[in-house]
Amino acid sequence: MNILVCISQVPDTTTKIAVGTDGKTIDKTGVKFILNPYDEFTIEEGLRLREKFGGTVTALTIGGESSKEILRTALAMGVDKAVFVKDEAKDDSYSIAVNIADVANSMSPDVIVVGRQSIDYDSFGMASMVGELLGMASISVVSSLSIEGTSVTAERDVEGGKEIVQASLPCVISAQKGLNDPRYPKLPDIMKAKSKPIEERASVVSTSRVQTLAMELPLSKRVGKILGDSDSDIAELVRLLHEEAKVI
Amino acid sequence: MSTIVVFLEAKGSEVKRSSLEAITAAQGIAGGGSVVGIIVGGTSANVEKTGEYGLHSCSIATHSLLNNYSLTAVAATVAQFAQSVGASNVIFPATVTGKELAPRVAIKLQAGFIPDCVALDVQNGSVIATRPVYSGKAKITVKITTDIGVYSLRPNVFTARTINGASPVQIKDFAPNLSNDDVKVTVSNIVRNEGTLDVSEADIIVSGGRGLKGPENYHLIESLGKVLGAAIGASRAVVDAGWRPHGEQVGQTGKTVSPNLYIACGISGAVQHLAGMSSSKVIVAINKDKDAPIFKVADYGIVGDVFDVLPKLTAKLTH
Repeated sequence: MNILVCISQVPDTTTKIAVGTDGKTIDKTGVKFILNPYDEFTIEEGLRLREKFGGTVTALTIGGESSKEILRTALAMGVDKAVFVKDEAKDDSYSIAVNIADVANSMSPDVIVVGRQSIDYDSFGMASMVGELLGMASISVVSSLSIEGTSVTAERDVEGGKEIVQASLPCVISAQKGLNDPRYPKLPDIMKAKSKPIEERASVVSTSRVQTLAMELPLSKRVGKILGDSDSDIAELVRLLHEEAKVI
Repeated sequence: MSTIVVFLEAKGSEVKRSSLEAITAAQGIAGGGSVVGIIVGGTSANVEKTGEYGLHSCSIATHSLLNNYSLTAVAATVAQFAQSVGASNVIFPATVTGKELAPRVAIKLQAGFIPDCVALDVQNGSVIATRPVYSGKAKITVKITTDIGVYSLRPNVFTARTINGASPVQIKDFAPNLSNDDVKVTVSNIVRNEGTLDVSEADIIVSGGRGLKGPENYHLIESLGKVLGAAIGASRAVVDAGWRPHGEQVGQTGKTVSPNLYIACGISGAVQHLAGMSSSKVIVAINKDKDAPIFKVADYGIVGDVFDVLPKLTAKLTH
């Protein structure tokens, strides 16, 4: 089985965000970058598919030079190959999808795994976009996956329940928490990964379809009325919810 | 005149509120153009109601290949419909269905796509969308540069508004041109969590965190939830500890919600949790640590022990 796992590097969730001098992107100074948390599931699923069906797992990332770090993580976890496409545009998931599709076209994967969302631009759309560009099936937010021959059965989380979805290979899936339990890379593997080759490919130039005009930090419009826990405070809260907020 | 297409979803006999919100948002950028709806796979819902929100026409797409929901066949149907009416913009509610469908339709229409919008405006004739990024820690305004634009709208952020004296909606049929090749994915079964209201569809959510100390104390959350007719939510810590099912988790690795009222009980307010609920209309925090970050996003807060406050609050609301 030929497996492509697509991962991204994002600011650590707990990092403070400041707007950069361009007024459109974040200031990267002092920001700690990590493997997108959903992509731990992405890589793990690729490895599990290889363990079950044999074949090759290729990890792909598209981003700035520092993104190579997460390819080292993927190599340490056990992927066979790593591909890096340098392209720093983050605001249009379309150009990322075009690059993924381009790499996929050169290797004809049976399964492409992406994360449910990348926690920077939170677009949720990558599996659908890549699937559409390649004319392949796609299933998003997958919490359970089984493949028999060429038939794919997946569970996906929906409002108030789960959908059971059927498709055939080749297929793109986006990994949700719960899909698997990601392994931690072992120290010797981390050391070995440092010297493994990373294939670099040029970005497929595509005209961006969206343009970011401005980024700002949202100002809190919250009332911020903090009360104590006395009976009269609790009565006051109920009154405020009734009369001021009018939500109950 | 431009035409805006709104993808409509129904639940049982009703058009979903998130779809009605999308109609109102579309009216806001239509500038005299018409807003038309598409509902796929036939429906038993009361689509006449969409007229009250200003929908000009509602097309019901039917085809034998649409009897079972298929992402790819529905995407083909919506794209064909958008082309048939010469749509300038296509708007989806960012529901689980809309989030998966909109990007496919955008690719088919060679259109730019902006997901999870929390505002749509028109400036100098262009649609400007606002959306949260970096887990809600920042927001960006974005413009689409292609002829057609595709947007998905975060549910319960826009307000659905009826229009006085609106004309009745014209109900039409739409017959898409589909082949078996369009059916690459199908839903074979849906397993519903019976009897529980889902956080992603609730007006009020009462959520519990580590401050509850153990699953045996969750009845405090459930009692308050019951009085308010609320859905029950949970923080990641509580789900990871196995106290509550993942379907209840609000936050980055769970669901993103924007209810009218969100009550966070014994939740400290890690940024991962805030990412999932900070667009709620009114936030109430109950926590014994007055420095807990949850108070920074709260409209109203009670500094106190949940074991003491929750029974009192529930009793007050019962009367």
